[in-house]
Amino acid sequence: MTKIFSNIRLLLVTSLAALSCAAHAQLSIEITGTGATRFPVAIPVFENEAALPRGITDVVRADLERSGLFSLIDMGLVSVPVTAMPDLAAIRGRGADAVLSGSLYPQADGRYDVRFRLFDTQKQVELGALALRMAPAQNRATAHRIADFVYEKLTGQPGYFATRIAYVVKSGPRYELQVADADGMNAQTALASREPIISPAWAPDGQRLAYVSFEAKKPVVYVHTLATGQRQVVANFKGSNSAPAWAPDGQRLAVVLTKDGQSQLYVLSADGTGVRRLASSPGIDTEPAWSPDGQWIYFTSDRGGSPQIYRISSAGGGAERVSFDGSYNVTPRLSADGRHLAFITRNSGRFQVAVMDLATRQTTILTDSARDESPSFAPNSRMILYASESGGRGILAAVSTDGRVKQRLSVQAADVREPSWGPLIR
Amino acid sequence: MKKLALPALLSVLLAACGSTGTFDPAGTKVEERSSGAPDSGVTTITAPSPAGSGIAALTDPNNILSKRSVFFDFDQFVIKPDARPLVEAHARFLAQNPQMKMLIQGNTDERGSREYNLALGQKRADAVRQALTLLGTKESQIESVSLGEEKPRCTQSDETCFAQNRRGDMLYTGEF
Repeated sequence: MTKIFSNIRLLLVTSLAALSCAAHAQLSIEITGTGATRFPVAIPVFENEAALPRGITDVVRADLERSGLFSLIDMGLVSVPVTAMPDLAAIRGRGADAVLSGSLYPQADGRYDVRFRLFDTQKQVELGALALRMAPAQNRATAHRIADFVYEKLTGQPGYFATRIAYVVKSGPRYELQVADADGMNAQTALASREPIISPAWAPDGQRLAYVSFEAKKPVVYVHTLATGQRQVVANFKGSNSAPAWAPDGQRLAVVLTKDGQSQLYVLSADGTGVRRLASSPGIDTEPAWSPDGQWIYFTSDRGGSPQIYRISSAGGGAERVSFDGSYNVTPRLSADGRHLAFITRNSGRFQVAVMDLATRQTTILTDSARDESPSFAPNSRMILYASESGGRGILAAVSTDGRVKQRLSVQAADVREPSWGPLIR
Repeated sequence: MKKLALPALLSVLLAACGSTGTFDPAGTKVEERSSGAPDSGVTTITAPSPAGSGIAALTDPNNILSKRSVFFDFDQFVIKPDARPLVEAHARFLAQNPQMKMLIQGNTDERGSREYNLALGQKRADAVRQALTLLGTKESQIESVSLGEEKPRCTQSDETCFAQNRRGDMLYTGEF
């Protein structure tokens, strides 16, 4: 692809992304596995939804379908206004165990009030109701919040549809750090470069990304504010600087530096000041990951002869080993609820995603592929996003922590890698 | 350290322009924003050639100094005997040209975690750096860094290709 064509393509992506999601560089998602039992739910078109240039309930249905936990009962063109009590028995007769009624009310300023109620058709009770105010251009963001509402009411867990993901796309000699909605839409480029970009990491406030860029012909850690495009070098010491991991307070980063010899762990402030060595070992220490309570830093180390997962108090001290099965366990990542550790294990020569229940220390291998990397939990702790390979191309995939729900995310004619799932936006 | 790194990066790159030729302004496009990137026009200058003999030797295919790569066996981080003459030649060159700096980039094959491979590549770069310092090269003249698995020379998943990528590369001022 010539540079001119790729520039035109980038321009198309950034200008069309807001209008439609049909650009070539879009991340497309397909479901390849569903939950053991899928909860049947009806999401009919909202009353007055046709007045919007782009719809809401189709996005809600797609979010719930893609989670692998719901089956969507078709209601045709019938809408259930929020002011009426739905005929729950009839809706139950169509096979739905829950139904969402909803209406849009236009306001004087051109925005809409969106009111909706969720009912259990078996118990014949209302499970909850909410109202949101939206501008027509916010149809997708509003739909994701509605899907989160339905997901939370029916599963007891917070939804993750109103979140963003970051990942790197390599297309020929060109690398782009992109940020998209969790459904793959609205992809935007934060950084374009002719040199690699790895290890993107979301700040807890969802506003900044730390990452490693090789544009200076060596690895350097940056912190990048997405809304403004402003960025700052936070680690460019002699040697290599990499593996940024945010502390839960958003004020500090753990990083890996080689300025004093081999790759070792350090902690510094998010502006790059106050570097303090965290641990010393005779081998390689890398891939730090903070526990959600900020007490522990899990990391990869080959101090014992082969790469395994260890943890150390974030205040420093002795490290304890966490992984014991097999000879290659790397890339530890903690779920936000603190209950699970995801990592990559080499199993008969194949690199696969594993998850450990931290209470029982039981480990399960979740994938059956060969080149998995870079696991990242959804902020509701239920799904793990990771990089994999298919058909000779880099793709992203997602698997639920119980291994049942599977998704595949790919970009046409490009390699996608290095995913990172952003936080819940409160 | 609050400003964009871009102005600093551009000035480093411009200062590094040596007799090896022109700086390609299209070579490093750092950022693009949908609102339109600020004007980042760059004027190419060519710095005067450093005084002293032997700079042309760095790119003369008949000169051992034009060979810049040291290869490693799987899971090994020691300089093999057949690489000794190459390392010795570069150590002599650095001693004779104290104004020249070297960047050593370590690489790995693609198997495994990117960050762990970054650390393994660093061990290879460090092995080359240590071999040079043992031959008298000053620490201030050399920096060892890693590219991990990110810039492979070949992409096949076979041992021949893996072996090509287990290496340290030596770059001189003007090449980085």
